[in-house]
Amino acid sequence: MEDINKFRHEPYFHSVKLNHDLCKGCTSCLKRCPTEAIRVRNGKAKIIKERCIDCGECIRVCPYHAKIAVTNSLDNLKNFKYNIALPAPSFYGQFRNINDINVILTAFKKIGFDDVFEVTVGAELITKTTLKLLETGKLKKPVINSACPAIIRLIQQRYPDLIENILPLKAPVEIAASVARNKAVKDTGFSQNEIGVFFISPCAAKMTTIINPIGSETSNIDAVLSMKDVVNEMAPFIHKIKNIEFTTASDSAGIVWANSGGEIKALSEYNCISVDGIHNVYKVLEDVEDEKLGDIDFVECSACLSGCVGGPLTVENPYIAKAKIRELAKKYNIDTRPVNYETDMFLDKEIEETPLTKLGSSISETISLMEKINKLHESLPQLDCASCGAPSCNALAEDIVRGFGKESDCIIKLKEKIKLISDEIQELD
Amino acid sequence: MDNNTLNIRYEVVAKDFSRAGEASSALKKVLRKLNISPDIIRKVSIPMYEAEINMVIHANGGYIDVDITPETIHVVLTDNGPGIADLELAMQEGYSTATDNVRELGFGAGMGLPNIKKYSDDMKITTQLGKGTTVEIFVNIPA
Repeated sequence: MEDINKFRHEPYFHSVKLNHDLCKGCTSCLKRCPTEAIRVRNGKAKIIKERCIDCGECIRVCPYHAKIAVTNSLDNLKNFKYNIALPAPSFYGQFRNINDINVILTAFKKIGFDDVFEVTVGAELITKTTLKLLETGKLKKPVINSACPAIIRLIQQRYPDLIENILPLKAPVEIAASVARNKAVKDTGFSQNEIGVFFISPCAAKMTTIINPIGSETSNIDAVLSMKDVVNEMAPFIHKIKNIEFTTASDSAGIVWANSGGEIKALSEYNCISVDGIHNVYKVLEDVEDEKLGDIDFVECSACLSGCVGGPLTVENPYIAKAKIRELAKKYNIDTRPVNYETDMFLDKEIEETPLTKLGSSISETISLMEKINKLHESLPQLDCASCGAPSCNALAEDIVRGFGKESDCIIKLKEKIKLISDEIQELD
Repeated sequence: MDNNTLNIRYEVVAKDFSRAGEASSALKKVLRKLNISPDIIRKVSIPMYEAEINMVIHANGGYIDVDITPETIHVVLTDNGPGIADLELAMQEGYSTATDNVRELGFGAGMGLPNIKKYSDDMKITTQLGKGTTVEIFVNIPA
């Protein structure tokens, strides 16, 4: 059985990993990576750990399925006496013909869980607290949501001065996890450690976050299961479920968090925008930094197109899933139960900057290195073909100056050189 | 003291609003690589963006030269546009000669030149009617 703690506090741990045997060394992931975190070296993709933000773009685009997300397996249920499943809101969008959330919750019991606690409840609690915080007028505008870990990592790495704009609340799953664990202790009499809290995740970034939490010392989640794995597990029997064993606590306000635009839905009295897709988020954060957005109160960012339903570990077509979520939100639009769990929702640790390795040790040195990079870049073909193993000619130029590459990595340069040599040889004849 | 200088030139295309701001974004990336702090970067990128937009709106484009030394960032925006008739008036907040078309796009609020002055450490404008305008932006890099 795998040891679920084996990665805990591994510095620069990433859930996104490479399957060496499957990688052909093509340039698909390289060109798509938003932080230029991938190089192809010796015919295989290599992830630069300090640059990777676990957005999962590479998992999505790899034609050979060589990029994988490390998650835990259902075997881990054996490690605990009492197991609770925490399905992300996007999970409800994965089953095309199921319109009853209670059926989905019951399916968790069939695959070995003792209880289910819905992440939608955590989302709803955040929505309510966000409204209160916005009312105080004390948050730095525009407020940036804290729920998408890939975005937070992007901000830590590229936009450190926007850290203070991040909503100071934990992610819905962390809130759900601590409420669920405390509730289970009370209900069952088991100790904290005997209870297993499993998050059913649409993405790799969440896995990374339980290993290296952002804004808190430790995570309350014991293991992360890939949504895909759980859907596969449930697919054979979920349509046959007759006896409902759970009643959902979800309300539309929490369910819609699965979709982009879901978090800001309840903030309608404020001026909000929702941005999905990591490349789009990049541009908008750039504008936030330049104060170009004007009077925007809240920016909801999600790394995945369509929001969490577009996560790399989901199964259903994200557009179908999005429609499904909207349908469910309509159906469960009945705020009948009070959501008044007592739990600390605020981040308990400052979010730190994680700047990239500096080019030079002083501005002066960096300026001369930048001049070198610019000159090298001009001498390169500027096709950005990525055949050298770097995502662009500029990235290769920087790699060369940093000592991680050489000019002959450029196949066009190499071809020119070979031609020169062969011409010379012919002259000798 | 060393004479290390990084020179970069950007071209600005007239009337192309979808490309307006490209140069200031590109410069931002360079300044970030130089490890210049975000608040100093903003002092350059916001006024440069304003000046760049001015070039797109009023001046038929032009070019931007940036010189970066370990102590200062110096941005020179040169155009061959119509020049500014009344510089004092142009420096007033809210004054603009932008057409309604341009205002529809969310530009032309009359904050361009005032913002350049507000954000940068120093600025200089030389203008000649019918010849063109040069806007210089100076920002100091604290040691």
